[in-house]
Amino acid sequence: MTDASIPVVPEDGQGQEQERRVLDVRQGLFHASTTSDVSGYNDMTWYVEMPQASRRPYGGWYDGFVDRLRGLVGDPDEAISSVVVDRGEITLFIDRAHLAEVARVLRDDPMLRFESCPSVSGVHYPTDRGAELHAVYHLLSMTHNRRIRLEVTCPDADPHIPSVVATYPTADWHERETYDFFGIIFDGHPALTRIEMPDDWPGHPQRKDYPLGGIPVEFHGATNSPVHERRDYNS
Amino acid sequence: MSTEFHDEDILDDTTTQDDPYRQAGDPEVGNVYYADGGDWDDIVEAQAERGDETIVVNMGPQHPSTHGVLRVLLELDGETVTDARIGIGYLHTGIEKSMEYRTWAQGVTLCTRMDYLTPFFQEVSYSLGVERLLGIEDDIPEKATTMRVLLMEMNRIVNHLVAIGTTGNEMGATTVMTVAFREREVIFDMLEMITGLRMNHGFIRPGGVANDLPAGAIPKLREMSAWLHTHLPEIGGLCDDNPIFRARLDNGIGYLDLTGCVALGVTGPPLRATGIDWDLRRKQPYCGYETYDFDVITDDGCDSYARYVVRRDEMFQALRIVDQAIDRLEKMDGQRVMVNDPKIALPAQLTVGPDGQGNSNEHIRHIMGESMEALIHHFKLVTEGFQVPPGQAYVPVESPKGELGAHVVSDGGTRPYRAHFRDPSFVNLQAYPAMVIGGMLSDVSVAGASLDPVMGGVDR
Repeated sequence: MTDASIPVVPEDGQGQEQERRVLDVRQGLFHASTTSDVSGYNDMTWYVEMPQASRRPYGGWYDGFVDRLRGLVGDPDEAISSVVVDRGEITLFIDRAHLAEVARVLRDDPMLRFESCPSVSGVHYPTDRGAELHAVYHLLSMTHNRRIRLEVTCPDADPHIPSVVATYPTADWHERETYDFFGIIFDGHPALTRIEMPDDWPGHPQRKDYPLGGIPVEFHGATNSPVHERRDYNS
Repeated sequence: MSTEFHDEDILDDTTTQDDPYRQAGDPEVGNVYYADGGDWDDIVEAQAERGDETIVVNMGPQHPSTHGVLRVLLELDGETVTDARIGIGYLHTGIEKSMEYRTWAQGVTLCTRMDYLTPFFQEVSYSLGVERLLGIEDDIPEKATTMRVLLMEMNRIVNHLVAIGTTGNEMGATTVMTVAFREREVIFDMLEMITGLRMNHGFIRPGGVANDLPAGAIPKLREMSAWLHTHLPEIGGLCDDNPIFRARLDNGIGYLDLTGCVALGVTGPPLRATGIDWDLRRKQPYCGYETYDFDVITDDGCDSYARYVVRRDEMFQALRIVDQAIDRLEKMDGQRVMVNDPKIALPAQLTVGPDGQGNSNEHIRHIMGESMEALIHHFKLVTEGFQVPPGQAYVPVESPKGELGAHVVSDGGTRPYRAHFRDPSFVNLQAYPAMVIGGMLSDVSVAGASLDPVMGGVDR
């Protein structure tokens, strides 16, 4: 449903234009496509729009941190595609080709020292063309008591992201889980196998194109369809 | 080698050369022993003749000492563990996927069932994440926050009681477990009084908590606290100077030092048992923990006994916080427990009827007899739910097992776009092989118990 002609609008008083991260455009409120619209809600149009890249100053220690990281990465403009500060949390969008380098710098530099990677998870945005699969890394610096988030994207057609297990051994199971649930292949992982689902399971269950599951429940003279086929809300 | 399976193959001889479960194309793995329908001595004798070979033992997923459906593949040289691999996924129920098909408020009901020994911590982490997305973090009533702290710390005692009790039970010290479970019931009675359920409460909601404290709760909580002050020391009395308990846990059993913990992401009591005072309640406070008076317990033994010591003493610190929370709640009689935003908070507060449950009669009179708009509003909030602005949030809390964080992503809709739980059991289990390789077979279950994994949280 993505509309290619999404308007790019001025975002601040300086008249600078910034790309909005519109992932989807939706119509209406209910799945009432088979009946006539008596609610008026079907005229609604709304954009699924994720928080967009932030401008400096980011606030707090975020500016110094980003400067330090940019100074230590070989090609900062390419490696760090954008910085999003939203709700007090900082997210760095990292180009996948540079993830291993960035992770190593984040861990080893004494002023950054993100020595722990508490969590890796995936998010599937089927409408984010060319970047359908996102791997989200939460990093923790126990030395400086700071947290950051890295987000790395890859297209569905080429679901490869370099593994960070060489830097963060704790990411081993997290990456296996993300592979299991989303099909992201973490190149360089020591043993990338399924972890939660059976080894011969078809498909990757947390993807949006994978149904919730469930089988039709049969009653006398009637059938209750699987959950994902029932009428539900658009939103 | 025949691939056909005949019952008599097993019944005749437990030390069969043929593996009847082997499929065509599978590699040959040598001798396969079966522990069913035979005598252990036959297996021992047969293997003793081939003493130059290691033996692979498949422990679990139904082994009673693995804390649930955990599968450990052990390679043994005699009784020394030379390799260990962990198999999980036997309790995977797709809770995170199910949450994407339910409203934000209903997500609590699902995530509380992940780690069934620490239900309040999943609820709090998830609720804090949703509240950050909604931008209402500062609007949560103080009474709701205090009730969250009270419930979490009671839950912490419950979890540590089970952790210590099952550790004792796995070594044959059943009394440790019976004492621990006795105290657990005392706390469960209180949790049942406050939330209506002993486990899987679904009580802490985005915006606050589901209901106010029932009448007469404060005196009963004080009774519980007095009981625990008297009886919790029994655990230490049973275990501390018990020579068998010490011999099974102390002196480097399940050793994992600070370097190993940080590299493998281990948090919670195993991390604090390496001497570092890393506790999110103190380092990155949430729910007002910075206003409570408590100590972060550490020990520098790095082994199973040090983890036991940390858990044992943390129970008393949790009890200190419980006492402070009770004192505060006593002065908050009649205050709100849900955010004052009718677009998020359910308007009805449940009141307990003669049958032990029920709705607020006043609210029902209002929506059924007085205000059509209130009825519509109630209906929309219950069926469709509230919308959460797009974005993502990660608010970790210090669960009894370590860092528990919910990564919640919203696309602006009324349901989570993605909810991922960083469960401490899942991450801590990764360190299991590092703790047992090179040790004795008898220490495997002790080391596992010292990590305190709950498979409901591991597999989700």
